[in-house]
Amino acid sequence: MGRIQLKQVKKSFGECTVIPPLDLAIEDGEFTVFVGPSGCGKSTLLRLIAGLEDTTSGMIEIDGTNATLLPPAKRGLAMVFQSYALYPHMSVRKNIAFPMKMAGVNEAEQTKRIYAAAKALNLTDYLDRKPGQLSGGQRQRVAIGRAIVREPTAFLFDEPLSNLDAALRVGMRLEISELHKRLKTTMIYVTHDQVEAMTMADKIVVLQAGGIEQVGSPLELYKTPRNRFVAGFIGSPKMNFIEGAEAAQHNAFAIGIRPEHIDVSITHGQWQATVGVAEHLGSDTFLHVHGVPGCDPMTVRGGGDIAVNHGDTVWLTPDPQHIHKFDAEGLRIK
Amino acid sequence: MARSVSTRSKVLNTAVAGTLGFLMVFPILWILILSLKTEEDAIRAPLEVLFNSGWTFDSYGAVQARSDYFKHFFNSVIISVGSTFLGLMIAIPAAWAMAFVPGKRTKDVLMWMLSTKMLPPVGVLVPIYLIFRDTGLLDSRLGLTLVLMLINMPIIIWMLYTYFREIPGEILEAARMDGASLRSEILYVLTPMAVPGIASTVLLNIILAWNEAFWTLNLTAAKAAPLTAFIASYSSPEGLFYAKLSAASIMAIAPILILGWFSQKQLVRGLTFGAVK
Ligand SMILES: Nc1ncnc2c1ncn2[C@@H]1O[C@H](COP(=O)(O)OP(=O)(O)OP(=O)(O)O)[C@@H](O)[C@H]1O
Ligand SMILES: [Mg+2]
Repeated sequence: MGRIQLKQVKKSFGECTVIPPLDLAIEDGEFTVFVGPSGCGKSTLLRLIAGLEDTTSGMIEIDGTNATLLPPAKRGLAMVFQSYALYPHMSVRKNIAFPMKMAGVNEAEQTKRIYAAAKALNLTDYLDRKPGQLSGGQRQRVAIGRAIVREPTAFLFDEPLSNLDAALRVGMRLEISELHKRLKTTMIYVTHDQVEAMTMADKIVVLQAGGIEQVGSPLELYKTPRNRFVAGFIGSPKMNFIEGAEAAQHNAFAIGIRPEHIDVSITHGQWQATVGVAEHLGSDTFLHVHGVPGCDPMTVRGGGDIAVNHGDTVWLTPDPQHIHKFDAEGLRIK
Repeated sequence: MARSVSTRSKVLNTAVAGTLGFLMVFPILWILILSLKTEEDAIRAPLEVLFNSGWTFDSYGAVQARSDYFKHFFNSVIISVGSTFLGLMIAIPAAWAMAFVPGKRTKDVLMWMLSTKMLPPVGVLVPIYLIFRDTGLLDSRLGLTLVLMLINMPIIIWMLYTYFREIPGEILEAARMDGASLRSEILYVLTPMAVPGIASTVLLNIILAWNEAFWTLNLTAAKAAPLTAFIASYSSPEGLFYAKLSAASIMAIAPILILGWFSQKQLVRGLTFGAVK
């Protein structure tokens, strides 16, 4: 079990309120991702759940029991830190064993679980090394191993992959997703990378300035963002926003169109534009174009074989099915 | 790129450093030389002392015969080691609290503790002397241990505080998440990581306590007198006896010099107050 519920949870550091009163329910077995720009309070929220910070007011329930005042050790949660936070004076084996030692698990069971974790995480050959003798990816695996052996009610991850290089990050992302499929344990994962959020999450919580902007499945957020902030944050490259006359035609203050929902042609279309930069990725081409009224520059995605370059003229046509409309407050118009 | 150093500046640096080093050890070297002379030779002109006189261990024998070296030696050991370890037992929790759960006034408390070191000790001699007299602590090893512990406490706490601050808080948080109680956290995670820092703190404080002369001279007579008092007893009553005074000094500083020699690495860390890793 691992159902976590936040009720009117608020956090202030002195005068400064980082998390205004907030409600959130995380269901058992769910992979929830907190995503938002830097400084929006993702880590603080996670640390509140972990018990590493005290709530200013409000209540945190874990599996129906009030955990607001419980110390971290009593909440049954495991955390993986961005800096790995391995014990530098202990071998990998001892690091992984530490939570079991604290929980009083017997030696035989400890050994069994250490080997199972090491096998699953490809650490068998490194059990006797110290953390200082491991690569970043291996350290991260040890941190995950340390978290799984104690069989927690939920895992908390705070940007666990941000210290890894791009290739390793993709690999570890898959490993964590697989781990979740296998263990079916609740996971809360903090990231500012919306690709990680989209690919891993069952449920995404978009945060800004400590408040929740929207909660939903990745596709819900992609298809029906509640406001301009979510619309701009989810999806890569970012959604284009057009204000002014073009938007007024749709009875909106602003309209938003994703780069992938604009058709590119070199002969005809709705808007004429000039290519500023063309990024040829092979599979796709991203064009940053100028000249569309109310939106400069606009980003569009074309096929991999569009032969246009800087200075060329292109014609763009938005897909009317995928135009998002927003009012002056930035809220979505149905 | 490694910085290139010209041969000339290398020679110059070596010469300057060598000269400074020699100037620093010279007094100790000179004491060593004098301690190996007879009293008559010891008061002659320096060059004569060096080149025109014989060598002898007589002064050491005379010193040991007149006053019991080992009694003073053991007093010094008990007082310096005792005050340091007693101090640690108070300082580790104190430094832990200040490093990991600092409050609004933590910085002020630290400054206040340091400020006690700015007061000339003689300023509190009379009250402390009277307290010691009335509680029967005068000339007792327990009394001296307590005083030296209090005198060095600010330094112990400051040193441990700077070491503890180098330990990333996330590691302690990880321990908490892993189910460690406060006791386990300090025992299995914090202390092992802080061992180098604690070791250099211990060493430096033993040395400071060993060499402390103001309180040891003023609060002891015969029973609890450590080696500092042992040296001092050669400096006056029957006139100056350079050779014996020197021999006594060498005997007093030898143990601590040897200890320092074998723990140089730790000490350098200690003296830089945790500034370098
Ligand atoms: N101990 C603290 N004292 C005062 N302010 C704090 C403290 N910890 C965090 N804050 C503030 O709270 C806000 C949220 O911080 P938090 O670390 O939760 O952000 P984040 O969303 O995790 O950002 P990032 O993506 O950069 O990690 C920041 O403005 C930060 O300055
Ligand atoms: Mg953060």
